[in-house]
Amino acid sequence: MRTLHKFHGGVHPPDHKTESSRLPIAAAPLPQRLIVPLRQHIGTPATPIVKVGDHVLKGQMIGAADDFISAAVHAPTSGIISAIEIHAVPHPSSLPDLCITIVSDGDERWIERQPLDYRTADPDAVRARLRDAGIVGLGGAVFPTHVKLSPGQQKIKTLILNGAECEPWITSDDLLMRERAAEIVAGIKIMAHLIQPEEVLIGIEDNKPEAIAAMQAACQSTGFEVVTVPVLYPSGGEKQLIKMLTGKEVPSGQRTVNIGVLCSNTGTAYTMHRAVDHGEPVISRIVTVTGNVTKPQNFEALLGTPLGELVQLAGGARPDTSHYLIGGPMMGFGLNNLDAPLTKATNCLIAVSPALFPPKPAAMPCIRCTQCAQACPCNLQPQELFWFSQSKNFDKARAYNLFDCIECGCCDYVCPSHIPLVSFFRFAKSEIATQDREIMAAEQAKQRFEFKQMREKRERAEKAARMAEKTAAARAAAAANPDDPVAAAKKAAIQAAVERAKAKKAEAVAALSPSPQPSPTRGEGANEKGACFDLPPSEQSTAPENNTEPS
Amino acid sequence: MILLAVILGAVLGYASIKFRVEGNPLVEKVEAILPQTQCGQCGFAGCRPYAEAVAAGEAEINQCVPGGNNVAKHLAELLGVEFKPVGGEEDFDHKPKMVAFIDENTCIGCTACIKVCPVDAIVGATKLMHTILADPCTGCELCIPACPVDCITMIPVKENVTTWKRQFPIFELKKVA
Repeated sequence: MRTLHKFHGGVHPPDHKTESSRLPIAAAPLPQRLIVPLRQHIGTPATPIVKVGDHVLKGQMIGAADDFISAAVHAPTSGIISAIEIHAVPHPSSLPDLCITIVSDGDERWIERQPLDYRTADPDAVRARLRDAGIVGLGGAVFPTHVKLSPGQQKIKTLILNGAECEPWITSDDLLMRERAAEIVAGIKIMAHLIQPEEVLIGIEDNKPEAIAAMQAACQSTGFEVVTVPVLYPSGGEKQLIKMLTGKEVPSGQRTVNIGVLCSNTGTAYTMHRAVDHGEPVISRIVTVTGNVTKPQNFEALLGTPLGELVQLAGGARPDTSHYLIGGPMMGFGLNNLDAPLTKATNCLIAVSPALFPPKPAAMPCIRCTQCAQACPCNLQPQELFWFSQSKNFDKARAYNLFDCIECGCCDYVCPSHIPLVSFFRFAKSEIATQDREIMAAEQAKQRFEFKQMREKRERAEKAARMAEKTAAARAAAAANPDDPVAAAKKAAIQAAVERAKAKKAEAVAALSPSPQPSPTRGEGANEKGACFDLPPSEQSTAPENNTEPS
Repeated sequence: MILLAVILGAVLGYASIKFRVEGNPLVEKVEAILPQTQCGQCGFAGCRPYAEAVAAGEAEINQCVPGGNNVAKHLAELLGVEFKPVGGEEDFDHKPKMVAFIDENTCIGCTACIKVCPVDAIVGATKLMHTILADPCTGCELCIPACPVDCITMIPVKENVTTWKRQFPIFELKKVA
């Protein structure tokens, strides 16, 4: 029996898991229209590689990963691309983003699916497969998995599979582990093959006995160990689960690989198995639809399914529904548009009613009771961070390790004054990120400005040098050949033009002495030639200056 | 004693040559605070000349319009002088970020704007349509007076999912009595 460690703080919110975990996963029917956002992961959004009007097959790549930290997106079904435009997406900002809309043709015709034998293939080829299959961490952060599984020089000692699913109401990982344990384990084998850890642990909270039993059965004779962890929110946080299972703490500002641990979600392992062993990219996911709906259940739905259709599948929302939440009640965010599609990150959709989620009572001032500090799983001082964030003292907030906050909501949950602490931390983080972006932009502008100045200086110098060279060459030619007929004729023509202009000017002055005429040489077409001939002497007049400078 | 004085004097003399600080280090610090729009709204020909003037005490700290009161506050803190609001307005916040936009139907391709753009954010060639690269554009507005056909306008930058900023949380406080 493995010794478990305790992380600091944590809370026990009512878990509300049984509402949606009683029924098995149901397959959602094919929607008519699928809206696939190009930004479904952390990093650079995918670049569209299809045009409006194109016919695509199920599983065909429609957005390519350009960058290292990026992942591809795929057509969830076969059909016609009807639009590539800005559309509502599930995001805390409620702002829309670029999406590809596919009108399904109902055939569900697949691309050619090619399995990859990861045991014999080059590890980099496996990682490229993961990127092109759009594999991202399905635990919530949606970080591209091929990047995570490229730890570089760091030796990974422990691979942890996160099946804790500590957030209330959500049961999608639970149901996946119950029903598809063997496939998850097949995915874990691919991960283990890529990073060669010394041990593989699967952490599951003890409120999921069926999932634990199923995973234990599937892990037999693999060497992977299923570890049951006690229920304590947020045990599913990456750093908290690592602390529980290994006793190690990830230092502030560092990543888990620095202490030789890698943590991944069980759902990610499942999609890896589908991508590598079956050649199927990520085009669907398990999503819990629960809360104030008639028939809460988990659905396997295609990515891009409008969330409103999922609510209908769960029997529809009851009349007293006020709004919807994406994710759980502790860390999720409000959704104001049910047209927004299902994305890789959407693990749960909750219909909210005032009866199920009573609104928070009005807040009272902070009394410095430090209950939040006792509940904080990151060992932070939320009461101090609140103070600094409220007064916009961002440097100080950063110094108090604001960026170690995982926004789990434990402090909000215990605060006797009902202060929305996490909102302040999110605000401060967002302000600091904006300031950092502005500093970067200023640095870029400065570089471009200095480069332009340097270039202009160089261009001036080059022009002067060219001019000097030209004059010198002309002079040398004139000196070498004093009675060149062409040059003499040109000189005579210039002289004649100058004489003509002078004569005309004198004539004009004599004839119209009172009315001041604008310089007559410009107005008449005949003299344009003269103006042209004026140019070389002016060049010559400036050139000697340049010539004399260096000598 | 005299020998010691001579030796120490030599060491100090050597150190003052060896570790000589080039230029005024304060200028660098001032310049780091400025937004680098190179717009000249302060009355100087760019951020560097303004930084030099501020460091030398020849310019006020509240002349940077794009930086707004935030920059003025940081400068006051750095230089240990009293904060002065930009334009005399206490609540002067910097304008929303704008970028220049060229109406491509009106543009005659004169390259006048390209020459004045301090950050090379305009692409185009003689008698061909010009366009603005929105990312490096600092919104300095120097191209607007340069355009002979008035085809450049400033448009505010729309928030998107990556540049979105959270609002200051406002919450209800319980009424007492």
